[in-house]
Amino acid sequence: MRRRVAILGVGMTKFGRHSDKSLVDLFAEAFWEAFKESNIELKDIQAVYYGNFVGEMTDGAANLSGFIADEVGLKNVPAIRYEGACASSSVAFREAVRAVAAGYYDCVVVGGSEKLLTAGTSIGTRALATAVESVYEIAAGLTFPGVFALAARLYAKEYGIPLEKLREMMAHVSIKNHKYAAINPKAQFYGKYGDLKVENVLNSRMICSPLTLLDCCPMTDGGSAAIIAEEKFAKDRVDTPVYVLGTGQASCGALFRQGKDIIKAIPRRKAAEMAFREAGIQPKDVDFVELHDCFTIAEIIALEAMGFFKYGEAGYATLEGRTSIDGELPVNPDGGLIGKGHPVGATGVSQIYSAVKQLRGQFHGYQVKNARIAMTDTLGGDFGTLVEIILGVE
Amino acid sequence: MSSTPIVPTFVEFFNNLKEGKLLGLKCNDCGTITCPPKNCCNNCGSRNLERTLLSGRGVVKTYTVTYVAPAGYEKEAPYVVALVELEEGPWIVGRLDIDPKVAEEKDLTGKRVSIFAKELPTEPFYLDKTRRIVPYFKIMEE
Repeated sequence: MRRRVAILGVGMTKFGRHSDKSLVDLFAEAFWEAFKESNIELKDIQAVYYGNFVGEMTDGAANLSGFIADEVGLKNVPAIRYEGACASSSVAFREAVRAVAAGYYDCVVVGGSEKLLTAGTSIGTRALATAVESVYEIAAGLTFPGVFALAARLYAKEYGIPLEKLREMMAHVSIKNHKYAAINPKAQFYGKYGDLKVENVLNSRMICSPLTLLDCCPMTDGGSAAIIAEEKFAKDRVDTPVYVLGTGQASCGALFRQGKDIIKAIPRRKAAEMAFREAGIQPKDVDFVELHDCFTIAEIIALEAMGFFKYGEAGYATLEGRTSIDGELPVNPDGGLIGKGHPVGATGVSQIYSAVKQLRGQFHGYQVKNARIAMTDTLGGDFGTLVEIILGVE
Repeated sequence: MSSTPIVPTFVEFFNNLKEGKLLGLKCNDCGTITCPPKNCCNNCGSRNLERTLLSGRGVVKTYTVTYVAPAGYEKEAPYVVALVELEEGPWIVGRLDIDPKVAEEKDLTGKRVSIFAKELPTEPFYLDKTRRIVPYFKIMEE
């Protein structure tokens, strides 16, 4: 018998540049925000689940989980670091949920932090590239924009969409997500790029053709945290617990092992099916999604693999406005990774942050009307680690 | 009884590639060819494998010109990374041996290529501390 699990409180730093803060500082800042709205005491927290991807390379820092626990005054509790590339804190979140659901703990904290912007483009790009396959793929100099650039051109070919047409569809993902980030005060691009045009995206600096700078999420420093607990514990402390209705996770190997399945993101399909099954709902029941738009093409591929659109059709749906805030399925109303920023190890729980605020009607930015069910999607590596989480309010 | 393991190490794979030989693994259960080396069949997971020499020819499925390179690779940029489907089935990552400007102007998907190897300087985070062998693809005459 599994117990119901709820989120009590969430926190996140402003995303952007934090050269005056450590990875520990960024987690702590997010933690206190989550702690404050959870109405608990420190002694209630029985374990720490922490996501971080490349602390070794950006800050020369490993063994971080004990330091972050100690920094916020948590003594003698198990503290564990999870690494699943860009999905690190989503993996941590899912493991935390499973431990509480199983009855092992009643209340735990989960979060993440990362510092890629301060690390600089060259180190940051190499650090991110540790998540491509490390023998055969990195040898050729494959980068993360490179992975999705390969996917974009393959997508155009396989679905018979002229590359220029696909680039226009991708530009609309960037325009949409930047528009939402521009009024989200936590976003890296808050107050910026709220009115991009297709030409701006197409003509910005080429990173890995056909992806330009505005097709890519930025390098980001930031932290995020959430406090989760068993249902009764949560109900006793907060007015609106946000319930974890279902989760799913799946994995696969290197890009070259996947062949033409790259653009179908099979493990994402499997993870989403797992989450829908556990929640007992269908894609049509989801009111909005926060998904892993590390690149514009990534949003299109994700929407199809998650089951919201047929393969080859999410680009057209984007052009038609079906994924915008007033469309049938608002996608990334917080600005997504493209506009909000992508502090890798913190990203998954920052998606949870946005989803919780939306479901409580407290989101600062574009508020989704009457939202009851939200879904998050986080991708780690070259389609290697996929985590899907479905949240809801009663 | 001791014999050479059937699955080549990455060092053995790259040594062969430098000599113009592309090593693959044929699955005796489902017939699938796996390349580069892997502990089991990439299709069915069987370990009933045998070594086979591949033709080294294939078709460009997708590619990208990389302008922003990671630390350790900056001097090589811009360079063209491609995914090639080999005649025997597996896909492999390498570089296209072509001027990046040409790769931007022409659609090279579907072009037939043949594989060879180049030795480039290694970098601090690459697992081989002595060298970095990069698979390259030459576009074949039509």
